[in-house]
Amino acid sequence: MGELSAGGVAGGGTRLVSAGQAARWRIERLGDRTLDLLDRSGRFCLLAVGLFRSARRRRFPWRETLRQFEAIGTFSLPIVLITAVFTGMVLALQTGIALERFGAKLYVGSVVGLALARELGPVLTALMVGGRVGAGITAEIGAMQVTEQVDAIRALGADPVQKLVLPRVVAATLALPLLTIFADVLGALGGLAIATSQFNISANFYLDTVYWAVTIPDVLSGIAKTFVFGWIISMVGCFIALETTGGTVGVGRATTTAVVVASIAVLVADFFLTKAMLVL
Amino acid sequence: MSEARAIELRGLEKSFGRNAVLRGVDLSIEPGETFTILGGSGTGKSVCLKHMIGLLRPDAGEVVVDGREIGGLSEAALTAVRMEVSMVFQSAALFDSLTVYENVAYPLREHRGWPEAQVAARVSECLAAVGLVDTEQLMPDELSGGMRKRVGVARGIALEPRTILYDEPTTGLDPANQRRIGELIRSLQRRLGVTSVIVTHELELCFAISDRVGLIKNGRIVAVGSAQEMRHSDHPDVRAFLAGEHDVREAGAEAPGRE
Repeated sequence: MGELSAGGVAGGGTRLVSAGQAARWRIERLGDRTLDLLDRSGRFCLLAVGLFRSARRRRFPWRETLRQFEAIGTFSLPIVLITAVFTGMVLALQTGIALERFGAKLYVGSVVGLALARELGPVLTALMVGGRVGAGITAEIGAMQVTEQVDAIRALGADPVQKLVLPRVVAATLALPLLTIFADVLGALGGLAIATSQFNISANFYLDTVYWAVTIPDVLSGIAKTFVFGWIISMVGCFIALETTGGTVGVGRATTTAVVVASIAVLVADFFLTKAMLVL
Repeated sequence: MSEARAIELRGLEKSFGRNAVLRGVDLSIEPGETFTILGGSGTGKSVCLKHMIGLLRPDAGEVVVDGREIGGLSEAALTAVRMEVSMVFQSAALFDSLTVYENVAYPLREHRGWPEAQVAARVSECLAAVGLVDTEQLMPDELSGGMRKRVGVARGIALEPRTILYDEPTTGLDPANQRRIGELIRSLQRRLGVTSVIVTHELELCFAISDRVGLIKNGRIVAVGSAQEMRHSDHPDVRAFLAGEHDVREAGAEAPGRE
């Protein structure tokens, strides 16, 4: 075996290795990846702990948090508006057609309202905001990381977690629930437009069906999840940004990774949170 | 004895992944001197510098600053060190969302708790010290490379540190600005009595401003001496570095002559 692999390497170009050697390499690579994943998870937890500590320290960065709230919350209103209205409209259209088949089309409002409040409002808002804000956070902090600005914060005796991560995480965690309420209402109004124009349902009746079907716990269960989504989006963005290496190319790569990871994490967390809330 | 030294590295080792960058660096820097760590790119000189302010943690060995071992300190405990030691980064690392004024005021606001008038006075003092006036309201991207470096220096001296670390202070600057930065480092050292540690591969800067010079190669300091001693050293690594560098410079100097 030793001879074979040595001969292969010495021969240059293609590497001839025995099956045993190849298997060992594969296992080694798997081991490396597992260790890397554990290492990363550990560092993510450390960031979460550091965040908690920095929040309790003197001088909470209010001004920066407010600025981030504007960047993350206020400036996300247009995309949330468009997403919510069109989702509400298409939802009304699809359910209206489906419900018409068994003569229940009058209850379009109930279905639209429930779907939005419990699931679509929170998740679509999180995905849209996650794309916009996650990318923004990662690109900004990632660029600071590769231009040594994060090191400069540390070298000046300040804490990058408190200066950069804390304001963004607090702002995102508080902004997302508010954006979701906004999305729920606008989505229902989008549905209203379709219900009245396509299915001849009166606006009053539509609103009544929404009101009857959607209970306070429905809305709250949806909103509750979005605190977690906001936290996930901002934490993932900040964490990946602070690990950025490799110059401007690295920033691009980090940004893509952050959006993908945050979106997947939101969808996975959504399932488990929903399941947990049904049990409770 | 070691208490008297500004900075001392003992057997410093650092690896990134499987790449061993520092393999046992021993170095001591006296208070008030201008010490240059000379070396080619990728020899670990910046890595060495970053240990002196706790930006990197050693894998093995000790980093002693003003008689205090800082290798194992927490970030919070390092704050005290970072008020005594400041760093001027290679890219200046100015915060590009803040004005020049806010950049220089940053450490003051962070640590001093001064009223704004006092901060403003200190900021203009620091900017004047580096020869920049009327730039306070500019954003970093409105500055030239040399000006950015000088703002970086102004930010570095704001807290009146005892030691200033310069990471490649003249890299990427034109000759006039290179000379200017060199003079600035020297004048700060004279006026403020600070210890200066400079990392560079530029021989001209090195010999113009250094009291002592250490050559780093393969993750170790291979030769240390006064600027004069180093210039005339028989040490093969020193000779090779000086010669190599001169070759490069001569080759570069020929090009415009041919035009």
